[in-house]
Amino acid sequence: MADWFADNGLLLGLALLDGLAYAALVFMVAVGLNLVFGVLRILNVAHGSFFAIGGYTAASIGAFVMARGLPEWLALPVLVLAAVVVGGIAGPLIERFILRRIYAEEPVLQLLVTFALFMILEDVQKLIWGVQPVHHDAAMRLLGTVDVPFGHDSIPFTAYQLYVLPGVALFTLVGLAWFLRRTLTGRVIVAVTTDREAATAMGIDAKKVFLLTFTFGAALAALGGALSSPTAALVPGVGAGTMVLSFAVVATAGLGQIEGAAIAALMIGLGRSIAVYFLPEAEVLVPYIIMVGVLLVRPNGLFGVVETRRI
Amino acid sequence: MHNTLSRRDALLATGFGGMLMPASLSHAQPANKPAEIKVGIVTILSGPASVFGVPGRQAAEMLFDEINRAGGIGGVPVRPIFVDEGPGVEHTLGEIRRLVQNERVDILFSSISSGSCLACTPVAEELKKTVLLWDCGTQRIFEDRRYEYAFRTQANGTPEVLAPLLYTLKRKPNLRTLAVINQDYAWGRDSWELWKTGMDALKPGVRVVAELFPRFNSTDFSTEITRLLALRPEVIFTTSWGGELDTFIKQASERRLFERSTLVMPLAESSLERVGNALPPGHFIGARGDHWHLHPNPADPAKLRAFTENYRRRFNAWPIYCTHHMYQAVSAMQAAYAKAIPAAGGAWPSDAQLAAAFRGLEYDTLTSRMKIREDGQGLEAQLIGTTVRSPDYPFPIMNDMVVYPPELLYPPVGQKSVDWLKTLTPDYLNRVPG
Repeated sequence: MADWFADNGLLLGLALLDGLAYAALVFMVAVGLNLVFGVLRILNVAHGSFFAIGGYTAASIGAFVMARGLPEWLALPVLVLAAVVVGGIAGPLIERFILRRIYAEEPVLQLLVTFALFMILEDVQKLIWGVQPVHHDAAMRLLGTVDVPFGHDSIPFTAYQLYVLPGVALFTLVGLAWFLRRTLTGRVIVAVTTDREAATAMGIDAKKVFLLTFTFGAALAALGGALSSPTAALVPGVGAGTMVLSFAVVATAGLGQIEGAAIAALMIGLGRSIAVYFLPEAEVLVPYIIMVGVLLVRPNGLFGVVETRRI
Repeated sequence: MHNTLSRRDALLATGFGGMLMPASLSHAQPANKPAEIKVGIVTILSGPASVFGVPGRQAAEMLFDEINRAGGIGGVPVRPIFVDEGPGVEHTLGEIRRLVQNERVDILFSSISSGSCLACTPVAEELKKTVLLWDCGTQRIFEDRRYEYAFRTQANGTPEVLAPLLYTLKRKPNLRTLAVINQDYAWGRDSWELWKTGMDALKPGVRVVAELFPRFNSTDFSTEITRLLALRPEVIFTTSWGGELDTFIKQASERRLFERSTLVMPLAESSLERVGNALPPGHFIGARGDHWHLHPNPADPAKLRAFTENYRRRFNAWPIYCTHHMYQAVSAMQAAYAKAIPAAGGAWPSDAQLAAAFRGLEYDTLTSRMKIREDGQGLEAQLIGTTVRSPDYPFPIMNDMVVYPPELLYPPVGQKSVDWLKTLTPDYLNRVPG
C-alpha cells in the first residue's frame, strides 16, 4: 500500500484538485434540488432545466457585455446576475402557476408534471438559443492559469477551476447553513421542512415559504449552470445529464440534507476523478456505484432520517 | 397574385438549380409520373447531435427549393418530410414505417446515428423501399449483410479513421506514444478499434498511454486533460464531436494541452467556426469526407462557391460536413432517377427499378464525382489537413491538405474492416500520398 502511494501520490494529488472543482459544480445543482425537495416534498425533474437556462443566460449576458466593450472583470458578476435573473423570473412563475396546483397530488403525478415542464423548457431553450453549442469563456480566460508542481514537471490548471468553483460552492454551503439556522426566514423554512402542518398551525404562511424556497433552489441551479458556462459548451440536453447526476448526489446524501449534499458531491466528484486516473473504464459508473453502495447500507442516504408515516 | 420571377430567384434557378439538374432529366417527361416525389428524411432535430441534424435539414430545404425552382425531377416536384431520430431507435423505427406505409414516401434518407442506420436499414429492406444512408458512419451495414434497397452516399467510419491515421503517420514517422479520448458510445469505441487496429498494423510498437472514454454528453473534461497533461503523449486521438469536442478544445487550449501534444480530430471541421482561435495551429483535422468550403481542388469551384454562399446567405453559418452529405444524397437521388427513367422505357420507375439504378451509380458531389460500388457503399475520398490561422477568417482553417483517394481507404467488398486493417503492413505507407 505504501509503495502504491509512493508511486501514485502525485497523481492522487492531481485527482483531488480535479475532483474538488467537479464536486463544486455538482453540489451547486444538487443542493438546490435537495432544498426544494426538503421543503416542497416535490422531486423536481425540471431542476436540470434551470441549470441549462442559467448557463445559456450567463453566456448571452456575457457576450452582450463583451460586445459593448465593457470591462472584462464584469464576466464574473455576470454569472451571478444570470442566476438571479433566471431564479427570480422562472422560479416564482413556475411555483405560482404550476407547482402550487399539484402539492396535494400523488408523487407520481408530481413527477409527471415536472417532467412535462422539463420537456417544455428543453424546447424553449432550443427556440431561444438554437441547437448549436453556445460558449462564453471570458470568465475562465480572465483569471488565467496556475502551474501546479508535478514532480519535475508542472501541470497548468485554470485559476477559475482551482479557486472560483470550489470557493463559490464553499460560500454557498456556509451561507446556506447560516441562513437556515441563524435568520428568521431560514428558521421558518426549517420549521416547514420539519413539520409543515405544525408550522402552518403556528401561523407560518407555507405558500410564501414554498415560493421563496423554490425560487432560491432554481437560482442555485441556475448559478451552477452559469458557473459551468465559462468552461463548457451549452448544448441541447445539457440539463438532462446534470439532473441525473444531481439525483445521484441527492439520493446518496438523503433527501432534504444540505450538508449531506456537499459530502455526497465531494465523494462523487473525487471518486470520479480518481477513477479517471486509475480505472478509466469505471469513470461513468463511479457516481452510481457510490450511490448504490450507500443506499445498500443506509437506505435513506448518508444523512437521511427515517420518518414516521403520517395518516 | 404576384407571380413574377425575381432576379435572385432566376439566378438561383439557373445557377444552382441548373447544376443540380442532370441534363438528361431537364427535358425528360416520363409517363405515369406522380404528382410529387416524397422524400422521407430521418435526421436528428433534438438533443446534442442536432448540431448536425439541423444543418442537414437546412441543406435539404435549400436543395429541394432549388430543384423545385428548376422544375423538379423529371418534371415532378420534390417534397421532403422530416422526422426526428433524436428520441431514439424505437421511435425512429416507428417513423420509418409511418413514412413508408402512411405517408407513402418514394425514397428514404436515413440517418445520422449509426444505431438508427443499423436498425432502420433492415426495416426499409423489408418494406422494399430505397433508403440512402446519408450521414451515419458505421462500417458494419454492408459488411454484415447484403441489401437490395440500401445505399450509402458517403464514406463510412473506416476511411474516416484510416485517412487521419495515414496523415499522422506520414508526418510523425517516429511516433512512440499516443492517447485516446473518445465519447463513451458506439462511435467512440468503434473508431478507436479501427484506429488501434490500423496503427498496430502500419506502425507496430506505438505505446497507448491512456484510453479515456468520458461519459457521453460530458460537459467537463478537466480531469481527463490533467491526466493527458501529466502523461505528455506525442499524439492524442479523438473522434468526439459537437458541443463535447468544442468543450474539450476550449478547456484543453486554456490549459496548454495543445503545446504538449498533437491532437488528431477527424470530425473537427464541424467545430472550427465555434471554437475559433481556441484551436491553435499545427493540429490534424478531418471533415468526414472529401468536402470543405475551402477545398483545395474542387472539380467545379463555381458550384462549391454557389452552395457555400447560398447556404451562408440563408442560414448565416458556414456549411459543415453534414450539409455536404445531404448534398451528396440529393445528388445521388437525382442521378438515380435520371438513370432509372430511361431504363424503365420512359415510364416512371418502380421502387425496384429505382433501387436497381443506385448500384454502380455515379453522381456529382460539390467537389468531385462519386460511385456506389456493388455492395451499396459509396466510394468517397477523404480530406485531411493541419490547422492554421488566417487573417481572412475568425477561426482556424486547414493547410497542408491531402485528399486520400478511395482506392487506399476501403476494404474489398465482402471483407470486414478490422480484418482488412490487420492485413496492412508498414510498407503500405509508401503508397500513400502526402
